Amino acid sequence: MISTNRWLAGVALAALTLFAVPAAAQGVVNVYCSVQVEWCTLAAAEFQKASGIKVSMTQKGSGETIAQLKAEAQNPKGDVWFGGTGDPHLQAAEENLTEAYKSPKLAELHPWAVKQNTDSGGKTVGIYAGALGYGYNTELLAKKGVKAPACWADLLKPEFKGEIQIANPNSSGTAYVAIATLVQFMGEDKAFDYLKKLHANINAYARSGTGPIKAVARGETGVSISFIHDGVTEALAGFPVKVSTPCEGTGYEIGSMSIVKGARNMANAKKFYDWALTPEAQQLGAKAKQFQVPSNKTTPVPPEAPKFSEIKLIDYDQAKYGKSAERKRLISRWDNEVGSLPKP
Amino acid sequence: MSRAALSWSIAGLLAAVLLPWYGLEDGLGSGAWIAGLWSSEDAASGLAQSIFFGRWWLAPTLAASLGCLVVSLLPLAPARRGTGLLIAGGGGVVLFAAQAFAVGLRGWNAGWLLSLLGEMEQRQVGIGAGATIVLIALLSLVSIGLALRGAFGGDAFVAGAMTTVTASILLFTAWPILHILAQAFQDQDGALRPLLIVDRLAESKIWSLRCLAGSGGCGVVWNTLFLALCCGVGSTVLGLSFALIATRTSFGFKKILRVLTVLPIITPPFVIGLALILLFGRSGLVNQLLDWSFGVQPTRWIYGFPGVLLAQLFAFTPVAFLVLIGVVEGVSPTLEEASQTLRANRWDTFVTISLPLMRPGLANAFLVGFIESIADFGNPIVLGGNFGVLSTEIYFAVVGAQLDYGRAAALALLLLVLALGAFFLQRRIVGTRSYATISGKGDSGLATPLPDAARRVAHWIALPWAGFTLLLYGFILMGGLVKVWGRDYTPTLDHYAKAFSIEFSEGGVIWSGAAWNSFWTTVELAAIAAPITAALGLLAAWLMVRQRFAGRGALEFATMLSFAVPGTVIGVAYVFAFNVPPLEITGTALIIVLCFVFRNMTVGLRAGVAAMSQIDRSLDEASATLRGRAPQTLFYVVMPLLRPAIVGALVYGFVRAVTTVSAVVFLVTAEYDLATTYIILRVINGDYGLAIAYSCALIVLMLAVILLIQFLVGDRRLGRRALPVQGVRA
Repeated sequence: MISTNRWLAGVALAALTLFAVPAAAQGVVNVYCSVQVEWCTLAAAEFQKASGIKVSMTQKGSGETIAQLKAEAQNPKGDVWFGGTGDPHLQAAEENLTEAYKSPKLAELHPWAVKQNTDSGGKTVGIYAGALGYGYNTELLAKKGVKAPACWADLLKPEFKGEIQIANPNSSGTAYVAIATLVQFMGEDKAFDYLKKLHANINAYARSGTGPIKAVARGETGVSISFIHDGVTEALAGFPVKVSTPCEGTGYEIGSMSIVKGARNMANAKKFYDWALTPEAQQLGAKAKQFQVPSNKTTPVPPEAPKFSEIKLIDYDQAKYGKSAERKRLISRWDNEVGSLPKP
Repeated sequence: MSRAALSWSIAGLLAAVLLPWYGLEDGLGSGAWIAGLWSSEDAASGLAQSIFFGRWWLAPTLAASLGCLVVSLLPLAPARRGTGLLIAGGGGVVLFAAQAFAVGLRGWNAGWLLSLLGEMEQRQVGIGAGATIVLIALLSLVSIGLALRGAFGGDAFVAGAMTTVTASILLFTAWPILHILAQAFQDQDGALRPLLIVDRLAESKIWSLRCLAGSGGCGVVWNTLFLALCCGVGSTVLGLSFALIATRTSFGFKKILRVLTVLPIITPPFVIGLALILLFGRSGLVNQLLDWSFGVQPTRWIYGFPGVLLAQLFAFTPVAFLVLIGVVEGVSPTLEEASQTLRANRWDTFVTISLPLMRPGLANAFLVGFIESIADFGNPIVLGGNFGVLSTEIYFAVVGAQLDYGRAAALALLLLVLALGAFFLQRRIVGTRSYATISGKGDSGLATPLPDAARRVAHWIALPWAGFTLLLYGFILMGGLVKVWGRDYTPTLDHYAKAFSIEFSEGGVIWSGAAWNSFWTTVELAAIAAPITAALGLLAAWLMVRQRFAGRGALEFATMLSFAVPGTVIGVAYVFAFNVPPLEITGTALIIVLCFVFRNMTVGLRAGVAAMSQIDRSLDEASATLRGRAPQTLFYVVMPLLRPAIVGALVYGFVRAVTTVSAVVFLVTAEYDLATTYIILRVINGDYGLAIAYSCALIVLMLAVILLIQFLVGDRRLGRRALPVQGVRA
C-alpha cells in the first residue's frame, strides 16, 4: 500500500516540477525564424540589445513553421515569423494565420517589398529578395569540358545529361519559384514542354531547396537550379562554386515576415517587426554571410552580394503565383506530366 | 488501505484549496501566487475559482473530492467503502474530464453546448498544479476503491499500477494519436467526411506499379514494402551471422564485435547517411579511387534504393543481432547432441534442429527490421534521391507545400496497417508452438560448434560487414577533425572548439561553446525520461504478463501505436492535443519528456514481456506463499531477475531520447533546444564538421551512460547448478 502511495506521489511530484507554462510575461517576444541559424541568433541578440526585449528564438524551416502555426492556431505560441521564402507567408495570410500590420517603416522599402504587403492585405512584408539562377561546380564542369550554363536554353544541351539538380516542388518553395518563373515568361504549355525536356538532364529532384546547391558544392552534381545567394554562401565556405543568372530572365523570391494572429506579445511583436525593417537590422544578413538583397532601400549592400541591377528579372507576379490554389494546380500538373516520367 | 484513502482524499482537497487550479505563466517557483490564491483570477485555487470567479463548473468535481473524504471517514465495511470510493472518485474523474473538455479558451468548446446554454462569459486555460493533484488523487481513490472491492486480488498496488499505466497511455498515446488519425476522415475545415480517405489513398503516386513496366517510379507503398522486406531479411541474415560467430565459434575478437553492434544504435541519425555519401557519393573516396585508377565514370548509385537500404542495414542489424543472440544462446545443446548421437552430421543438425529452434528469434528480428525500416525517416530523407517512401511522403504532406494534415493522417494510417500486418503475420508464423529449450533440468551447457560450411558462410557475411562498419566509423571520427569534410583535409580541432569550448574566468566556468546549451538540455531531459520510460514500460509488461484483466489486448495495441506511427505525425499530434486546455503543455520541458517516454516505452515493454515470460510463475507463487505482497514480489523477486531487461529499457530510453529527431522538431523551443535538432540545422547549413563533431561527442556520452547504467543496475546472478529459468516462449 505504501508503495502505491509512493509511486503515485512520485508521479504527482514529477508532474509538478515539470509544470511551467511558457513565459508570455512582459518584455518577451517569441520569434519563429526561418532564415539561416547564424542570422537568427544574430538578429535575436541585436534586437535584445537595441530594445531590451528578451527574444525567444526558434529556428525552423518555413514549411515546418507554417505547419506549426497551423497546429497552434487555436492558441498561438509564437509572435513573429521572421524570414523564409514568401509563398508560405502568403499562404499563412490566406489561411488567416497571420495579422495585418502597417509598419511606419513601409515607406523606406523597395517597391517589391511593399507590394508583398499590399498583395497579402497587409499581413506580410518583404525583408529581402533573392534571384533564382544556376550554381555550378567549376572543377566538375572543367573536367568534363563543359561551358557553364548562362541561359535556360543551355540546360537542355546534351552535355548536361545527368548533371542538373533541382528540388521537388512538392517539398520546396525554390523549385516552385523556378516553375512559376518559366510559366510566366514562356507561357504555361511551353514551360511544361521545357520541363519535360529538362527532365532528361536531371539526375535527382532533391527534397529541399538548398539541397541541389549543397550537392554542387560537394561535387555530387554539376549544376543546380537554386537561389544565387545560396551559391555565394557555398563559394565563401571554400567550395568551387560559381553562380550565373539566366539570360532570358529569371524570377525571384521575397523573403518575408509576418505577425502571428493572436500573438500574446503583440506590442513587442510590432516592435520587432519595425526593427527588422531598419537598415541596422537588415545588415545582419550579410554579417551572417547571407547575401540576399535587403528590402530597406538604405541598407548598405556588401560587394559579394549579387546585384539585382545586373540581373535580368522578369515581372514576377507574387500575388497570382503565391495563391494556394494556383500553386496546387501547377504542382499537380508538374506531378502528372514531369514527376511521373521514367527516370532519365 | 483506509488510511491511504483518507490521505489521498485530504491531499486532493488541500490541493483544491491551497494550490492554483490553473497553470501559471511563470510556474510555481516564484511563490508570488500564494498572495493571489483567493484574490487573483489567474492564481486562485479551485475553490476560489468556483465561488468568486464564476467558474461554477468546477464545483461538482470538488464536491466529489469531498464525497471521497466522507466515505473514507465513515465506519464502513471494506467492500462498501470501496463502492463508495468508486462512485465518488469515478464520478469526480468523469466530472473533471467533462468540464475540462467542455469549457476552453473561448468559452464553450462545442457548438451544441453553446446553443443549449448560451454564450459563456468565462474562459479557462490549461490545468495547473491544483487541478493535476486533484485529478491524481481522484484516480488513486478509484484504484483504492477497486482494490477494496476485491478487484486485482484486493491488492491496492496492482490496482494503482493498473490505473497509472492505463490512464497515462490513454492520455499521452491513444488520445493524441487517434485525434490526429481521425483527421484522415475530415476535410480541411474539420467536418466529418469518411469517404475522403478513399480519395486521399487512391492516388497513383501511392499505388503505381509503373516501375515493373520499366516506366517511372513505383508508388510509395511498394517502395516502402520492398525496402522493408529487404531490410528485414538483410538485417536478420547479418544479425544471425554475427550471433552465430559470437556464440558458436572460437572467433578471437568477440569484444570488438560487441562494440560494433552497439555503435550504430547510439549514432545520431543522418550521420551514417552523410558518411555513406562521403564514401560512395559521386565525389566520394571510392568513386574517386575508381576514377583515378581505372577511369570508371563516377555514378550516383548511392542515391535511391541502394543507399537507403545500405544505411538501414547499418542502423538496424545491431537490433537484429541483439534480438537473435539471446535466442541463439538459448537453443539447448541437448537436442543437438541428441541429433548427433542419432548419427546426423553437424550440417544436418544445424539445418534441421538448430535453425528451426531459432525460428521465433528469426521472426522477431525480421519484424523489428521491417518495422524500423517502415518508420525510418532520417535515412530516406538524406539518401533517398527520387526514391520516396511513406515516411518521407507523410513528412512532406505536413511540412511541404501541401500542408494537408488529412493526407498525412491517411498515409500514417496506411503505414500503421503495414506495421500491424507484419506484427500479426509474425505472430501467425511463430504460432503457439513451443520453442522452449531451457528448463529446470540441467544440460551440459556446451554449445555445439557450427558446421564448417555454416561457419564459413557466417564469416564471409559478417566479417566484411564488420570491417566496413569500422571503416565507416573511422570516417565519421575523421569528419569532425578536418577542416571541410570532402574538400579540405587539413586536421583541425576547430569544430570541437566551436561546439564545446569552455572558458575559465574569476566568476567560474563559462560554457562558451555553441553546443553546450542544447547538450545539457538533452542530457537533462533524457536523464529524466529514461527511468520513467523504463519503469512505466516494465510495470506495464508486468501487468500484461502476470495480471489477467479485460482490455489487455487493447492496451497492448495502444502502446504499439506510438511505436509504429512516424515521428513527424507524433510531433504534430502532440502539438494538436496539448496546445490547448485542459492540458496546455507545449513549449515546456514536460511535453518533450512525455514524448520521449511514451514513444520509447514500447521497447521497454517488449523487453519486459520477453524477459518475464522466461521467469516461471512458480517464483511469484512462492513469494506469495511466504506472505509477500505484490509490490514485495515485484521488487525482491521479479526485478532482480529482470536486470538485463531493466538495463535494456534504461539504455534504450536514454539513447532514443538523445537521438530522436522527427518527433521533437515541433516540440523544441528556444529555451529547450535539443542536440539532434541543433545537429540537423548544422547539416542543413552544410556545416558537416560541427555536426559530426557534436555527434561524436554524443556517441561518447551515450557509451559512458550505458556503462554507468550497466554498473548501477548490475547483472542478473543466476545459480550455477541449474538455471532457475524456464520456458523460452515465442
